Amino acid sequence: MPAIDREHAKMTTMNSSSFLASIASLTVSLSANAVTGPAPDTFAERAKPCLACHASEGRKARDEYYPRLAGKPAGYLFNQMTHFRDGRRQHRAMSLLMENLSDAYLRELASYFSGLPAHYVASQLPAASPTATPLVTLGDPARKIPACNACHGKEFLGVSPAIPGLLGLPADYISAQLGAWKVGTRKATAPDCMAAIARELSAAEVSAVAAWLAAQPLPAGGHPVAAIANDLPVRCGSVENNANNAADISAKALKP
Amino acid sequence: MKQFFTIAGTVAVLVCCALALAIFTGEREDDFPAPTASEKNPQALAERGAYLAKAGNCLGCHTVRGGQPYAGGRELPTPFGTFVTPNITPDKDTGIGNWTAHDFWRAVHYGKSRDGHVLYPAFPYTEYTKITREDADALFAFLQSIAPVKQAAASDRLDFPYNVRPLLYVWRALYFKAGTYQSTATQSPEWNRGAYLVQGLGHCNACHSTRNALGAAGGAALGGGQVAGRSWYAPSLTSENEAGSGARSVEETMRLLSTGLTDKGAASGPMTEVVAQSLQHLGPADLRAMAVYLKSQSTGDTKAAATSSTFAAEVQARLDKGGKIYEKQCKDCHGESGGGTPGAYPALAGNPSVTLASPVNAIRSVLDGGFVPVTRANPRPYGMPPFAQSLSNEEIAQVISFIRNSWGNQASVVSAVQVDKSGSD
Repeated sequence: MPAIDREHAKMTTMNSSSFLASIASLTVSLSANAVTGPAPDTFAERAKPCLACHASEGRKARDEYYPRLAGKPAGYLFNQMTHFRDGRRQHRAMSLLMENLSDAYLRELASYFSGLPAHYVASQLPAASPTATPLVTLGDPARKIPACNACHGKEFLGVSPAIPGLLGLPADYISAQLGAWKVGTRKATAPDCMAAIARELSAAEVSAVAAWLAAQPLPAGGHPVAAIANDLPVRCGSVENNANNAADISAKALKP
Repeated sequence: MKQFFTIAGTVAVLVCCALALAIFTGEREDDFPAPTASEKNPQALAERGAYLAKAGNCLGCHTVRGGQPYAGGRELPTPFGTFVTPNITPDKDTGIGNWTAHDFWRAVHYGKSRDGHVLYPAFPYTEYTKITREDADALFAFLQSIAPVKQAAASDRLDFPYNVRPLLYVWRALYFKAGTYQSTATQSPEWNRGAYLVQGLGHCNACHSTRNALGAAGGAALGGGQVAGRSWYAPSLTSENEAGSGARSVEETMRLLSTGLTDKGAASGPMTEVVAQSLQHLGPADLRAMAVYLKSQSTGDTKAAATSSTFAAEVQARLDKGGKIYEKQCKDCHGESGGGTPGAYPALAGNPSVTLASPVNAIRSVLDGGFVPVTRANPRPYGMPPFAQSLSNEEIAQVISFIRNSWGNQASVVSAVQVDKSGSD
């Protein structure tokens, strides 16, 4: 009797579980169109709003250029997001999006984008003006302008975590950024090294430097280097642990 | 003719007398309670003040984007011109370092500055007057305890005649009566605490009510209104057709206040800032008190059941186009039937923010997108992309019209012109 009871109980369980299963499948098929599951707990999911503009490659839109985020140094991306949030950089959509996000959140978002593989768009531009070459590669010590690659990596591919690469960007975009620094609509954490440099450049030099950088062929791989060999030649608030931040700009070599 | 002038003159004199009397009686300052005993422990007082400053969102107006907290300088655009908020750090030259607790009480309770000049009600003393002397003292102790910042505020840029400050006496006689919050004896202490926070420190009514031509809260309390100077509508907190909480559980309202997100809806626009800077910092007892009070303010109106409606052929064609855009741009997150994704993306079906009579919030949400604010309870929120740069005004109008008229939703269709007009602040 007990054995039969057990058997009966087992049968009942099986029946009810298969009944539940069929109910479940019915519910699933009914609700498949109505309810989505929980959102994936990933930053890939949280980064979706960014992808409306920022493709895996930089992209020209109707009236502006949306730079690539993938593979850029995390510290650089974090700094830019806080700059938009806190009014040091001006872009209406970016300011609104960053408005209520914390440093901790933005660090995670930055490290997500930083970890994505970078896709560079090959340059289509004609060779750049040769007059830019000395400025880019040697700087101008008389005006305290360092060479671009004294800070941005020997191959201009950036230095982790805070210094961005300069290649694979359109000339318009680079000259717009330098111009914004020159007139003060783009700012970085003080001491703002790029503002100091941009103010020294003439409009013609800005165009020439932007065209020179945009015309460079891209080295294979194309990742930012992990560290810079020497201290930065300038004081730069965006680069933490820059030994030179506390000191005045010295007569150190402004060359890479 | 002579008789007419006599009568007109008499009327004018009488009006002036009545106004003078109203101003005289209204401007009496006979309520200066003695400083509170808790002043003996200044640190505890300042800590309580820090919490109250969060509840009052003082930071929200008295800090410029990315600037020093409480150092002022934020511009408040209004239909009367632009106000620039003052520095309320204890700097002696540019802040309130020379103020006393008495001066501070006078400002929040009577809307007058230290030197006695009347303040513009952009500073919401019409609400802050309900704050108790104890709380005002705590707020003052906190503001005096923070680091002084030397930063002079730019002048307000007001249009004529609003820049004639003495005219404020007339405004005050009409619309301002000083007085701390008085408990309603028939209600629980919790309800009264909620009412105190909502009506006083929280100054919810400053946005959530209609303002008349002179900028005074004119409509029913918490009855909803256009946010001054912004293309955002602050929905009614009493109507179930808007953001009333009669049908929500107290816990759900608490969640909405402290995170800006429930499965059925999300805070948007200026309210996300209120959640991030103010409401998320409130303790559970205060959140519950506010939720209990708000629930009691529901008018109990219910949404009219959607009737099956047929649209003219050209309207239906626009809705169909909107449906195609929804399929491509919105469905992944908000679901095929507008059910949303719990914990991340709000439902659009049955969401009253979507079907508000004014479509402005829906338009702004699609144009600008936005993240749910980072809060303690929701440290890793999700967000919505902006569509201003990828969809045309007509496409945005189509998709919003579709959302407003699908899955049981019923609201007016939206035109490209409405999208265009809502495009800035």
